Order: sequence, then structure tokens, then C-alpha cells
Amino acid sequence: MTQYENQKFEFEEGAVIKHDLDKAPKTGDWRYMTPKVDKDKCSGCSTCVSYCPEAAIELKKYKDEQKDKADIDYDFCKGCGVCSAVCPMKAIMMEKN
Amino acid sequence: MNKELAKNFASGHSACAGCAFPSIVRTILNESPDPVVVANATGCLEVTSTLYPYTAWKVPYIHNAFENASATISGVERAYKALKKKGKIAKDKKIKFVVFGGDGGTYDIGLQSLSGALERGHDFLYVVYDNGGYMNTGNQRSSATPYGANTETTPVGKNSFGKMDTRKNLMEIVNAHRIQYAAQGNVAYLNDLKKKAKKAFETPGPTFLSVFSPCTNNWKFPTSQYVNIAKLATETNFWPLYEIENGKHKINWATEKPKKVEEFLQTQGRFKHLFSEKNKPVLEQIQKMVDEEWQRLVNLTD
Repeated sequence: MTQYENQKFEFEEGAVIKHDLDKAPKTGDWRYMTPKVDKDKCSGCSTCVSYCPEAAIELKKYKDEQKDKADIDYDFCKGCGVCSAVCPMKAIMMEKN
Repeated sequence: MNKELAKNFASGHSACAGCAFPSIVRTILNESPDPVVVANATGCLEVTSTLYPYTAWKVPYIHNAFENASATISGVERAYKALKKKGKIAKDKKIKFVVFGGDGGTYDIGLQSLSGALERGHDFLYVVYDNGGYMNTGNQRSSATPYGANTETTPVGKNSFGKMDTRKNLMEIVNAHRIQYAAQGNVAYLNDLKKKAKKAFETPGPTFLSVFSPCTNNWKFPTSQYVNIAKLATETNFWPLYEIENGKHKINWATEKPKKVEEFLQTQGRFKHLFSEKNKPVLEQIQKMVDEEWQRLVNLTD
């Protein structure tokens, strides 16, 4: 018998926590340098994509160009600058916020 | 967020900006042909990926304790086999089991449970991301910390040049269990790592991957540099890429003219003290050790 017997708690059952991106902290607010993709220089080689620790880079269609270009999700990008350092075309520049 | 890349391990984790292990985790898990169950030893990866009420894992994930990640996955794997026998899991349903551990949870604290699981022959893949220390608690030395590194428990001073012991060779310990596949990879060589992960998933029985994972915070280098530094580690022969398949050693990356190990060391603050006049012999000693280790490995491939 406890004082909490009739109370309901909002713990998840069996301590199983389901992945839910809405609950994710938006790590974009850690950023003090922002990577900017120069879409004219970007060759769409996807080197930066797999090195990004946040998986924040995607190749997306840009205007009516044939090749997809790197596109950064600023919700999660922490601004570490890895993409800028690995880019073989020097197409990603780090700018102060 | 890149949904395809993050199908097993999502964004929103709190690993430091410029951390290396998210790429390792994604690359390895994305190579699995079947659904995976992940067990995780205590460490940076566990702490940063499971901030209540959020979890970055889209796959079933168990964290138990520091020392028993392999024992945990052993139990899961045996339960899977038992349920299959009883017909509660369909016969054609395949599940892969993966453990992620840091070097603290593998080289030191989890070594006994890793050894046990390898010896019992469970069908799982063990991945150690090696950042050379207990980085989560603030850079204490582990048995994977390289010779000469400045850490919190091996501080540099008048009579000390940092860690005075050589690092443990875990690949040899793992190989002593005569498992079918063990390999050493590097986060800067993701295509090589992909191949190794694929091979490991295809091999029945226990398999082992040791992956180099630079730590921006405690190795003291700019957040943007993890790929370049990891690349230098292999180019200087400090971290050779090789695999051991059925006891046969094979080197995956070699160059005729390896760079001097100084080029790798000078990129990091933890080796800064080695570049003084006084510590010149230490630097020579490190070069000698790297050359000897490389030669030993080359001899093994014959």
C-alpha cells in the first residue's frame, strides 16, 4: 500500500522508450559557425554526407540542374565544420552566425 | 535529416560537435541485411544517444552496465535461438546482434565478458570505437591510450611525459580466441569499413571490429578535423588497416613511403609536450614502436 496507489504516472510502460524525433533536442542551437553550401561549386560527390556526425546533409535537387547538390538541415547541424574540411571542391564555407 | 543514412541511428543525439562515432555506428548498422538488436557498453555513445525522454536509436537497444555488454548480447542471442526452436520466431526470420563499446568498456572493464562471449561462440558482431581513453568522464587513461599521451591520470610534469606504458594489442587477444573474422578499421576510410562490416555480418559466429575514432574534445584538436587526423593515423602506420580471416592476416592499406609519426602527433594537443627539446627521445621511441609494430604485422601476413 503506497500513497501513490491510485495515481497515474506518465512513464512509458516497461521502461521501453520509443524513438520519436519530435522529442529530440534540436541540436542546431549549439551552432556558432554555420556551413553554407556554394551550390555552383558543389559537384554532388556526397563525400560530406557520410562523415556528418548528425546525418544533417542530404543530396537534393537544386533548381533545374541535373546533379543533386548538398543540402544542410539546420535543425540538427551543430556547426562542427567536418563537411567543410572534407569537401574536395571547397564548396562549403563556414560563416559566423 | 538524411532519413536514409539515419535509418538506424538518428540525429538529435548530444555527441560533441565533430565527434567521430556517429559515422561509425551508421556505416556499420546500415550494412546489416537483417534487422539488428544493439547492446551498448557504458560510454560516450550510450550517454549521448539516450537522453530521456529521447532516444536516437531506431533499433531495439539495450544498455546494461559497463562490464557486461557482451554478456547481455549473449543472453539475447540465446533467447532468439531458443524461441526459434520453440517456433515462436519464424524459422526464416534472421536477426543480427551487434555490440558497441568504447575502448574503456572493451579493453579494460568489459574484457572478461567479451572473452566469454567469443569463447562461447555466440553469433554476434562486437564493435569497439577506440578513442584511447575514458573520454566521457574527462580523459582518464585506459589501456588503449597511446604511449606519451597527456591525460588526466597521466599528467605531464617535471618527471613525466604523459602515459609511460604501451597500449594493449586487443586484436591479438581477440585473435587468440580463434574467431573467424576480426578486423581493424578507421572512420576516415568508410568504404573499407563498409566492406569489413558486410563481411562480419556474413560470417557466422562471433566477429570483431576495432575502429579508430578521434575525440575532438580530449585529444584537443578543432572540431572540423576528425577525418583528417584519422587519415593521418593510417598514413603514418600508427593505425594500420588489416583483417584476420580464419587466422590469416591481410593488410588492407599500405604505402611505400609512410609519413613520419610526428605528422600525426602534432595535430593534437595531448602530444604537444613531446615537441620540446627534453622529450625528443620519447618522440624517437614512439617512431621506433610504430615501425616495430608495422614490421611485426607485415611478418604475420607472410
